Amino acid sequence: MFDDLTDLYQQVILDHSRSPRNFHPLHPVDRQAEGTNPLCGDQITLHLQMDGDRIKDVGFQGSGCAISKASASIMTEVLKGRTPAEVRRLFDRVHEMVTTGRQDGEDLGKLAVFTGVHKFPARVKCAMLPWHAAVAALEGNTKPVTTE
Amino acid sequence: MNAPVKNPRAPVEAGTWSAVRPDFPTLDQQVNGHPLVYFDSAATSQKPLPVLQALDHYYRCDNANVHRGIHELSNRATHAFEGARRRAAEFLRAGRPEEIVFTRGTTESINLVANTWGAANLKPGDRILLTEMEHHSNLVPWQLIAQRTGATLSFIPVTGDDGLLDLSRFDELLDNHVRLFACTHVSNTLGTVNPVAGLFARARRKGIVTLLDAAQSAGHLPLDVQELGCDFLACSGHKMCGPTGIGLLYGRQELLEAMPPWQGGGEMISSVDYHESRWNTPPHKFEAGTPDIAGAVGLHAAMDYLDGLGRDRIFAHDQELAAYAFERLKSLSGVRLFGPNAGRSGVVSFLLDDVHAHDLVTVADQYGVALRGGHHCNQPLMRKLGVASTARASFYFYNTRTEVDRLIEVLSEIRRFFSA
Ligand SMILES: Cc1ncc(COP(=O)(O)O)c(C=O)c1O
Repeated sequence: MFDDLTDLYQQVILDHSRSPRNFHPLHPVDRQAEGTNPLCGDQITLHLQMDGDRIKDVGFQGSGCAISKASASIMTEVLKGRTPAEVRRLFDRVHEMVTTGRQDGEDLGKLAVFTGVHKFPARVKCAMLPWHAAVAALEGNTKPVTTE
Repeated sequence: MNAPVKNPRAPVEAGTWSAVRPDFPTLDQQVNGHPLVYFDSAATSQKPLPVLQALDHYYRCDNANVHRGIHELSNRATHAFEGARRRAAEFLRAGRPEEIVFTRGTTESINLVANTWGAANLKPGDRILLTEMEHHSNLVPWQLIAQRTGATLSFIPVTGDDGLLDLSRFDELLDNHVRLFACTHVSNTLGTVNPVAGLFARARRKGIVTLLDAAQSAGHLPLDVQELGCDFLACSGHKMCGPTGIGLLYGRQELLEAMPPWQGGGEMISSVDYHESRWNTPPHKFEAGTPDIAGAVGLHAAMDYLDGLGRDRIFAHDQELAAYAFERLKSLSGVRLFGPNAGRSGVVSFLLDDVHAHDLVTVADQYGVALRGGHHCNQPLMRKLGVASTARASFYFYNTRTEVDRLIEVLSEIRRFFSA
């Protein structure tokens, strides 16, 4: 009966939410964005360092639920070395996965732990919050973005 | 057509509240394989059969537009609509039915006052006094009108996690610039019952206009606008067993008469020319367009239902359950509780160490327990308390101690789940 729950809160997710990776500011910062989820007050600040067109380093700060924190933590690991175009493509793939449970095409690797989110429509925004911030940072959008 | 049977229920004796359960079909269901425990009545209450029957009867038998036709159905609809207004005046102990304006709910009632009374009376340098525990709907409308008029806002502070108003500087805050004092009766996050009658008396002695946000109190305790000493009162039908989409604004007659209209349209005029119009008298001046007639009929049935049970008894039951929940929660380790220790209404906000409110509420739902998690439209208050969100259990007369026990059991499961 609680398979859905253990799908949502996989051990990897609980682990990342308890000890998030790259959970610190960067100095200097090349790109940054702030994301908020107006429904629950969760907030994340994302810092990027660039090396030409590629992301060199990522750091984040903020407060959020287990899903948004783990999503941010795993995202920071996945983003290193990516170009803005790759990040936008990943955004779409992750969005597809957390809303439908489908993962078409290339292996999403670690990000696949978020497949279980699709059974909890109210939590899709939590998983996507850091991704909204990442796209905003790369687009040079300095206004805080929201999940709405 | 016969009207539906008025609520036949005799007042419920202490300890026999489960007798009302069959009146609430929504409560009788399984959610995620468990019996539903509905602890989100502060967001919206469930609806008893007499309310559903009144809506059904109205649409089956009496449906027509009000105040416009001279045919039989229109007469009936008008009679039902105005009957609901008279009932609402009685429910709030207003002097006369003309002091009751039908709105969409608390939010619209407050926006109406801000945009009419506020626009006509506020000027640069004036102050609007609020409290730090206001719901966004008793804060943002005042921010908007302050921007338009040049008035400013000031706030009665909240003490901290115990959620009381800090009244030590109340007389200073009531300075000569304050024109309006708007305050919530019962906090939707902290469960605090504010001592509004005393505060309003002090404000009115200085000529300050007072507004009570009764969203969380109207369906829970007996209200008397004369005794409370408020010039305006706002509440929502859906939080007091009525339908969504209907609410009340009480306004003292002299104030309503002096206020400019808000929305323009049918119903609110007495005569219209191409270039100007004359306004109808209150309350019609503030009810442009076809109102929510069925909503008013449903609200009438809800008020009858609540008074059939007795609002004093309802409040006693809310308080008893909340006190019980508070004690049981306190006995769990690592729980942070918000709101006063004593005298609280049926609202309990809390946090479990290390478990975000969102996660807690998601897992509780898997056990059939409906809680609310978030900032509860109290973002500034959350910031002040240093939290992003809380979990909230809110109770009504149809809830039981057994359900509270279930909540405590589920919280222990949640703790285990996240510490595993
Ligand atoms: C204290 C308080 N004020 C105002 C409101 C707004 O009520 P509504 O959304 O029905 O307009 C609420 C409802 O959540 C409330 O709890």
